[in-house]
Amino acid sequence: MATTVPPPASAEPLVERLEQMWQSRPGILGWVMTTDHKRIGLLYFWTTLVLFGAGGAEALIMRTQLIQPNNNVVGPATYDELFTMHGITMIFFFIIPMTTGAFGNYLLPLMIGARDMAFPRMNALSYWVFLGSAIFIYTSLFAGVAPNAGWFDYVPLAGPKYDPGHAIDFYCLGIIFNGISSSLASANFIVTIFKLRAPGMSINRMPLFCYAQVAASFGLLFALPSLTVATTFLFLDRTIGTHFYDAAKGGSTLLWQHLFWFFGHPEVYILIVPAFGIATEIIPAFTQRRVVAFPFVAIAELLVVFIGFGVWAHHMFATGMPTVTVVFFAAATAVVVIPSTIQVFAWTMTMFTGRPRFRTPLLFICGFIFMFVAGGLTGIMFLAVPFDQQVTDTYFVIAHFHYIIFGAAVFPIFGGMYYWFPKVTGKLYFELPGQISFWTIFLGTNLLFFPMHIVGLEGMTRRVYTYPGGLGWGPENLAETIGAYLTALGIVVLFANLVVSFFKGLPAGPDPWHGATLEWTISSPPPEYNYAVIPKVSSAYANWDYPDREEDRRKLASAVMVLDQGHEQPVSSPVDGWWTEIIEMPHDSPWPIALAFSMFLVFGALLFHQWIVAGFLTIAVAYSLLGWHGTEPQEAE
Amino acid sequence: MPALTTNRGTRQGRWRRLLLIAPLVVVLAGCGGVQNALNPHSHPAADIANLFWWMMGISFGGLALVSGIMIAAWFKRGRGGTRSHPNDREAGERLGNKVVIALGVVMPICVVCALFVVGDALIINVTQAPARSSTSLTVKAIGHQWWWQFEYPGTRADTADEMHIPVDTRINLIATTADVIHSFWVPALNRKIDTIPSHANHILIYANKLGSYRGQCAEYCGLQHAHMAMLVIVQTKAAFRSWLHGEAAKARPPATRAEKAGQKVFLDGPCSSCHTIRGTSASGFVGPDLTHLASRKWLAGLTIPNRPGYLGGWIMDSQHIKPGNEMPDINLTGRQLRNLLAYLESLG
Repeated sequence: MATTVPPPASAEPLVERLEQMWQSRPGILGWVMTTDHKRIGLLYFWTTLVLFGAGGAEALIMRTQLIQPNNNVVGPATYDELFTMHGITMIFFFIIPMTTGAFGNYLLPLMIGARDMAFPRMNALSYWVFLGSAIFIYTSLFAGVAPNAGWFDYVPLAGPKYDPGHAIDFYCLGIIFNGISSSLASANFIVTIFKLRAPGMSINRMPLFCYAQVAASFGLLFALPSLTVATTFLFLDRTIGTHFYDAAKGGSTLLWQHLFWFFGHPEVYILIVPAFGIATEIIPAFTQRRVVAFPFVAIAELLVVFIGFGVWAHHMFATGMPTVTVVFFAAATAVVVIPSTIQVFAWTMTMFTGRPRFRTPLLFICGFIFMFVAGGLTGIMFLAVPFDQQVTDTYFVIAHFHYIIFGAAVFPIFGGMYYWFPKVTGKLYFELPGQISFWTIFLGTNLLFFPMHIVGLEGMTRRVYTYPGGLGWGPENLAETIGAYLTALGIVVLFANLVVSFFKGLPAGPDPWHGATLEWTISSPPPEYNYAVIPKVSSAYANWDYPDREEDRRKLASAVMVLDQGHEQPVSSPVDGWWTEIIEMPHDSPWPIALAFSMFLVFGALLFHQWIVAGFLTIAVAYSLLGWHGTEPQEAE
Repeated sequence: MPALTTNRGTRQGRWRRLLLIAPLVVVLAGCGGVQNALNPHSHPAADIANLFWWMMGISFGGLALVSGIMIAAWFKRGRGGTRSHPNDREAGERLGNKVVIALGVVMPICVVCALFVVGDALIINVTQAPARSSTSLTVKAIGHQWWWQFEYPGTRADTADEMHIPVDTRINLIATTADVIHSFWVPALNRKIDTIPSHANHILIYANKLGSYRGQCAEYCGLQHAHMAMLVIVQTKAAFRSWLHGEAAKARPPATRAEKAGQKVFLDGPCSSCHTIRGTSASGFVGPDLTHLASRKWLAGLTIPNRPGYLGGWIMDSQHIKPGNEMPDINLTGRQLRNLLAYLESLG
């Protein structure tokens, strides 16, 4: 056990009682059946890291192929699979599950002073379904039939005529399967944020990280149906001969693009908004100051996602839509600039008016702001329709969205890993290798992505497995490939640092950064019940409200607000955070993994068009649901 | 709407370019390529390029501003702030709020409005689909996996991968597809336009200078998307008329013995089931029309030059040159191949 805040002597029996009550099963079974949000967060973390490695390896192979003109490291068929899997992996299987599944799961209940997520077993289910979908889609790669029509999978190229075989079926089913996981997680996050906040944490006292999580969750809930519909239509076109996307038979080719981007553009904001949330937690901790213009930032985080739903057709400016339509979507795109700039200046002014300590997490956030502004500025360029139509589908766009996705999502993820490493492991990381890893990654990514702007303007189109010499694209591509390897090296240093720190790091204590939010009030790593006393909250920076923290300790000593009569959790009103009731939370359960496994089998049967088998397998799904229902926790009296 | 860029404007653009990217000259050294959005040869492409240089300059300013605030914060690291308590609501808050409203709300509204007017109210008039009455020639570009077919409506001209156009002429390009979505893009001349199944898109093509401009399919369209390039050859009006006249004519009949034997190989073998040679019985439509094959500079979407050695290699082993393309490897004896090449090279 790592260092803890020593509880008052009189509270020791109470704490012991809580520990026994919330204990997980020992060994592997404890992980398989767990409903503890921290364990599920860690499961997400390790799984997404493996997938990040896979997506990164795919990127490195592509960069190696493109290191010089007419290179021949991989052929076109492999290259197409690589960029498709790279996109799918990084978006659906790394960033979303990392920022919401791992960071969100682990931190959200801690930040709002809860003992778990609102639906702990559904939380476990969302992880196991996610794992199942990852295994499902990577099976295709090992079976040699990986999806090969790009992550946005345009028809008719992805239709039955031009892409027969199972590759796109894997895509459709894998995406739908993964969508189930994301929908479950989003619903869970929304309910958790609105109902499980510690009494007193009214909505304006909620940390900005939670605003970002709730924005992303609402975004996912409203965007995913469009993707599910799109992929279902495609699956039906491919299997039972419908003609949703077949223009020759009265369907519409562009229907796919509209449905896909109605999901796809909000998705971009869903990717980066939780990362904004990470940034808005790291900055106060390392500047020892509240975020400037807090209400603006909170509203901006929500607005980014909301406006993000009105801009999807700006991915389709070159499809020949009428000028009026095009200009409308350009105008909508212009609006989304404002909530982004609000946040950028709020972050930077917080640093400027605070007392910044440039340790590794804050360095990553500075890198993030730089990359996000660079990528955002090229994004603003796209609202000039003629320019968009000139550079869309070139490397300029690749540069733009990698500045956004790598810069604005992955940098905060790395920063967050350093920032919360002491909380999760109870150890301090080593600072010097941390800073080395930052500078290597920062230089590497800029060397990797900046020349892409140039080569794109010089006419290099996306998704080409090779390019001729003589067009002047060689030097840029060489620089990009060197940058890719430099980035990979930096990432290796980062993880090596964290691994070594885990074994050799100094004990961190509960609050090494003098952080702002509630998770820093408890021991590192947090106990399984999170909070012995349901904490008092009177601002969004609860750990800096010293009198409240004193009060918590007094309450623990006198056993007030401990809730030790079972897996108890207070429920509050959605806006004002008034205490309304106490609920009993479920214990460990085998049913989430059983349900996820039976769903996996159903999707497997669908892949091979075994409709009857799939029908029978749904019985297993129903059985798991029944078993689940049979072990509902008793309603608290 | 007249073009925004006159000759004078282009010169200004060049000055701006020098001013703005002096530090980037080294990286941008490769700018003189033939498929380059920053090396425009028409007023639409020039307007877009100029717009880009302006946007780039302003963007560097924006990036410098944000970076400057962070660097200023770095200089006061470990100190600054007069608060006794990190949760103090007042310290620096007023300054922060002012900056957030001025730079985070007002400034972007101004910048974005200006960009919107310039880009989406002015320049878009130059780059959008042309009114048919404003153009004097129509060319139809049909995307195939993985080559471009060009037809000249009103004539029988039908060629592949190389589009000839007259200089200083507004051309209505109809972009469509025979299979999946492609995108017609010649960056030096104008923005790109996707080809959508069962749908015809229009775009203005205009060139104000003689020369050859390379373009490429920009929308991922399958295995050989990388090798789906095209050449736009801008000729004087007289040269274009004579080219079009020749292109519309039937194929020259074989003259020598070798050519005659070659034609027999073509017509009796598998070639004629996919290719057309106007004036013969070959009328396949899967691959390009070969009526005037020898007049083309390149083969297979600009993958290889049109020379007998390459052409022979292509016929015998196209799957090695462009894996996955629709043409099967053809098995011919050496004599058959020589005769076939003699015939094909005679199709001027």
